[in-house]
Amino acid sequence: MTPGRRIDVVGWLRRYGTTLFLLALILFFGLDNPRFLSIRNLANILTEVSIYGIIAVGMTFVILTAGVDLAVGSLLAFAGMSGAYVMKALGAGDPLSWLAALATATAVGSLVGYLQGKAVTFFSIPPFIVTLGGLTIWRGATLILNDGSPISGFDAHYRWWGTGSIAGVPVPIVLFGAIAAAGLATQRYTRYGRYIYAVGGNPEAARLNGLDVAGIITSVYLIVGALAGLAGFLLSARLGAAEAVGGIGYELRVIASVVIGGTSLAGGRGGVGGTIIGALLIGVLTNGLVIMHVSSYWQQVVIGLIIVAAVAFDTYAKSHRE
Amino acid sequence: MAKSGSGLMSAAYLLEVRDVCKQFPGVRALDGVELHVAAQEVHALLGENGAGKSTLLKILSGALRADRGEATLDGIRLEPGDSPRDRQRLGLITIYQEFNLLPCMSIAENLYLGREPTRRGIIDWPALYENARALLADLGLSVDPRREVRHLSVAHQQMIEIGRAGAQKAKLIVMDEPTAALSGREVEILHAVIRGLKTRGVSFIYVTHRLDEVKLMCDGFTVLRDGRYVASGEVQGVEIRDLVRLMVGRDVQCSRRARTAAPGDTVLAVKGIARARESSGRHAMALKDLSADVKAGEIVGFAGLVGAGRTELARIIFGADRCDAGALYLNGLQMRPLRSPQEAIRAGIALVPEDRKQQGCFLDQSISRNMTLPSLKRIARWRIFVDAAQERQVVDQYRRALRIKMADSDAAVGSLSGGNQQKVLLARCMALQPKVLIVDEPTRGIDIGSKAEVHQLLFDMAQSGVAVIVISSEMPEVLALSDRIIVFREGCISGILDSRDATENKLMELMAVAAAAGAARMTGS
Repeated sequence: MTPGRRIDVVGWLRRYGTTLFLLALILFFGLDNPRFLSIRNLANILTEVSIYGIIAVGMTFVILTAGVDLAVGSLLAFAGMSGAYVMKALGAGDPLSWLAALATATAVGSLVGYLQGKAVTFFSIPPFIVTLGGLTIWRGATLILNDGSPISGFDAHYRWWGTGSIAGVPVPIVLFGAIAAAGLATQRYTRYGRYIYAVGGNPEAARLNGLDVAGIITSVYLIVGALAGLAGFLLSARLGAAEAVGGIGYELRVIASVVIGGTSLAGGRGGVGGTIIGALLIGVLTNGLVIMHVSSYWQQVVIGLIIVAAVAFDTYAKSHRE
Repeated sequence: MAKSGSGLMSAAYLLEVRDVCKQFPGVRALDGVELHVAAQEVHALLGENGAGKSTLLKILSGALRADRGEATLDGIRLEPGDSPRDRQRLGLITIYQEFNLLPCMSIAENLYLGREPTRRGIIDWPALYENARALLADLGLSVDPRREVRHLSVAHQQMIEIGRAGAQKAKLIVMDEPTAALSGREVEILHAVIRGLKTRGVSFIYVTHRLDEVKLMCDGFTVLRDGRYVASGEVQGVEIRDLVRLMVGRDVQCSRRARTAAPGDTVLAVKGIARARESSGRHAMALKDLSADVKAGEIVGFAGLVGAGRTELARIIFGADRCDAGALYLNGLQMRPLRSPQEAIRAGIALVPEDRKQQGCFLDQSISRNMTLPSLKRIARWRIFVDAAQERQVVDQYRRALRIKMADSDAAVGSLSGGNQQKVLLARCMALQPKVLIVDEPTRGIDIGSKAEVHQLLFDMAQSGVAVIVISSEMPEVLALSDRIIVFREGCISGILDSRDATENKLMELMAVAAAAGAARMTGS
């Protein structure tokens, strides 16, 4: 036994493993088919990632408090549909109708998130149950809102949010970048960020340190709700329609991004940085498998395996450290 | 190792450990440690925090693998690759500070978990309860084996753990600070249980920081210091002072506080605090008419058994728990009792809670984050952004003032020794610049060197005009620290003593529950 510096391979892999895997995937798909690395395809991947990545930033905070939100996919559809509904009611010709839709979608998302957060904190219902209820409630509400039919016929201003670009970069990517940066800054530099980690790491100690634990928990559900609302607006702008089936299964992609990114479902450990990598990894994998003509059935199997493998490795690495 | 040698030794010793070494990255945790435990012996394993006791216990239990060394139990070689299960099967059972009980199962189910008596593959419930009742009676516990474990006090849960070890036909039971969470009578019950198992042929390795307990309970001792074997021998004929010198490597005294000038005005007072007992739940004891006060610059000790009302009153003062009646006076102004720790901190009250790991620390998070959490508002720009430079300054200031030993303030607080963790929690409270500081079990599970430092810090706090309330299960500590001692018994205040005429005997008298009442408490009725 020689004391001193030994390279901690497991610890290093735990930290950078996901990033390495992402780079390896990009290399693999790129070598397999150069089309994968075209600007157009990469922009496509990133735009796709942006929609659920925006929600994943908020979901990171929720999971850091040892909670979870299963309702984000349904909420995305409900908020998007609400926004489109208000826009239609105002008349699509109004040049500011997109603003009404955006405001409505985020407001509806925030309100629903707040209510779910209150249900978790005030009535002490486990978040899994509250949001499992929300998963079907808001999907149902979306169907009720427009009788199951999609709303379309958006003007160019509205569509710009999903299909336009700023200095050559698609708008959703710009927004995702901004929100991810805000998320990183929050977790790193703000009191609020510290409080989220404290509440997730040890809720009793957080309370004894004078933190408003219930308020903080409610706020993370509000944030993820608002972001789901924004994503709903962006998705409708991108597709040109708000659909009742929009965002089905998004909750899984969002949660998978967070978990693959290394945030612990037990709370208190992880962060937005990992989530961004996790979201990119899922996006690259989905797109790459499509380009390789792997059937969508198999895609689901592969993504599922990767989620389990990522968490298994994380657990292994943790036990390895003792 | 010569075979014949170990064969000879194993006739005399139940457990024989030789030349154990364990290296962690950057630290040599154990270096050639040896340990010999005879049959039917209670063996004290002594040492300051960081001396390597826990590492040695983990190696014995199979949770860690030694780099070198060998061990035999009852003549059987302990293979380095054994899992904790393998070791249990050999009769070596470890009871950790964190319990391994299933809270929502009954006592009987916990006692015989995995070894339930069965008839044709189906659990034989009458036999299970009968066996459990017999075992509990053997241990001198009169609790109903059908009760769910979560309703039991910490002390009783520990007895159940020991009972389970007994039911597993243990040869050697390893206990890591079993009495850290207990007080007075509960300790006595634990000791009785240990003696009972000892006469049935079980040996114990006993880790404790209470040296009076070593004299009382243990037959032999081994002292470790900085991962090395220092000494071993028979407890009889050894002075506590000598043990301390072996552990610390120098003389240490638990000095009584030199009384300072008369304390100032009353900063905080509570009057007539009462709370009903809950039939099920946390409040096992009703609180009746509790009144207390503390002046600026004064240290008031809360003494009493666990559950007698001392921690309960402190938590009510701090707003962590509710009460049914009573009033709170802050600087002479009457107000309703506080409703949250948030209100308490705003009012200038700080608390170091009794359970460092569960209630105090964020173990995964950095030392500096742990230290500044409640006072972030003071070092935040626009009340939002944490000012990193100011934070570093605060952390440095308290690291120096409290002499916290750490390599890096970004390291997880869980990597520190118990004593240094406690200092971080004290620093956290000091950074709030409180008017009232409540410290619950200030030195639980920390070594003697750190203990003296923590005591000095509390003296200094009082000196600077802070009103201090100290809660402790250790009578010498209460006596050493306090100007005035409030004694709790069964949810009431049984007496108030001036420290000048307080003695351990007087304290004991006020704390002690009458024998009959004590038995009633044991059944948990």
